[in-house]
Amino acid sequence: MSKKNPNYQNSFADKFTRWVKGDYDPIEGQMEMNAPDKEVFGDERIRYVHLHIVKSNNYSERMFEEGLAKNVRRFTGLYKIFGVIVSVFIACLLLWTVSFLPKFGDPNAPENNEVATRYIEQGLSETGAVNIVTGMILDYRAFDTFGESCVLFVASCCVLILLRVDKDEDPESRAIEDMNDRHYEPRNDTILQKVADFLVPLMIIFGIYVVLNGHISPGGGFSGGAIIGSGLILYLTAYGFEKTQRFMNEKVVKALTVGALTFYCFAKSYSFYTGANHLHSIITPGTPGNILSAGLIVYLNICVGIVVACTMYSFYTLFRKGGI
Amino acid sequence: MTELRIILLVFLLVCAIAVSFSKNLLISVVIYMAFSLIMAIIWLILESPDLAITEAAVGAGVTSILFFVTLKKIRSIKTTAEEDIDE
Repeated sequence: MSKKNPNYQNSFADKFTRWVKGDYDPIEGQMEMNAPDKEVFGDERIRYVHLHIVKSNNYSERMFEEGLAKNVRRFTGLYKIFGVIVSVFIACLLLWTVSFLPKFGDPNAPENNEVATRYIEQGLSETGAVNIVTGMILDYRAFDTFGESCVLFVASCCVLILLRVDKDEDPESRAIEDMNDRHYEPRNDTILQKVADFLVPLMIIFGIYVVLNGHISPGGGFSGGAIIGSGLILYLTAYGFEKTQRFMNEKVVKALTVGALTFYCFAKSYSFYTGANHLHSIITPGTPGNILSAGLIVYLNICVGIVVACTMYSFYTLFRKGGI
Repeated sequence: MTELRIILLVFLLVCAIAVSFSKNLLISVVIYMAFSLIMAIIWLILESPDLAITEAAVGAGVTSILFFVTLKKIRSIKTTAEEDIDE
């Protein structure tokens, strides 16, 4: 992110540029320089412009029709024909490739090798997870899942870089953004609020259930986190930013995400280290079927759930107003 | 069960074609939500409930909401206030 140097006008680089341009005379000093007045657009003006754009939606179409030459028409015709040909070709190619794949559920398919057999036969006793999928992704393949969580974190960072409205740089655009947000989002909508009152607790409790039971029943960190995130988004749409920012502001999101990823990293490092060096590990599979069983899987599920929920929530807030 | 699967797959095809042929972007997003929901049921039939939950939450829920917010930001959805001014 760029930060403007406030003393740029006195810096050497600026003097040099002005001297090259001829504005600045080394002997006479600074010549008179009046920056052109920044044209201040009122909110009304901006809204009028937007309305105008909305109204004349087929504006470009009409312009195009007026200037339509013969070869342009021929080109668009060819374009359509080639588009159809390419689509049909790609569809046929993909279908032809699919016909070579082994039949669904074929026992002789190449993916049914000793790795899958080992996972299915030894998975329960080695990881303690009744749900084999969770046992695979958070025990045998925990390193891959760590990468996936980091990808989510990086994605939210990228969205932050792209959509964030800086506080210190541009108070005007921030105000406009806030105004638009208020203009387009119906606040205090009774129907929405009543529905949210009923649904949000259910969604969040169901999400927590899915996260905590990830090693027993279908689900896990990612799905549960997405459900919790959707609940938070629904609450935000119904009640606005003042209510949610009491418990989900930028600091909280940052602390939760980074803390969860760090815990995941250290916990899995410990289990990889002890496992690779044949040391005694304090992590035991426990009794399969209990909530507090399956070693680290419960805690890792909670971590992934926190990261996913925070990411979904921050995506939504960044899309809406350019800040968490 | 086979009939149900065939019906769902036909729905999937219809949704996929309808998305590309609808002129209104809002309708496209709604059809895309329907596509995700049918896909979630198909995952359930294919005995992968983990994927079904994720598809229902992410594909039908969060992605469509992000699409809606984006459409609002680029002013593809007319709000009631704008319609009032138009009239």
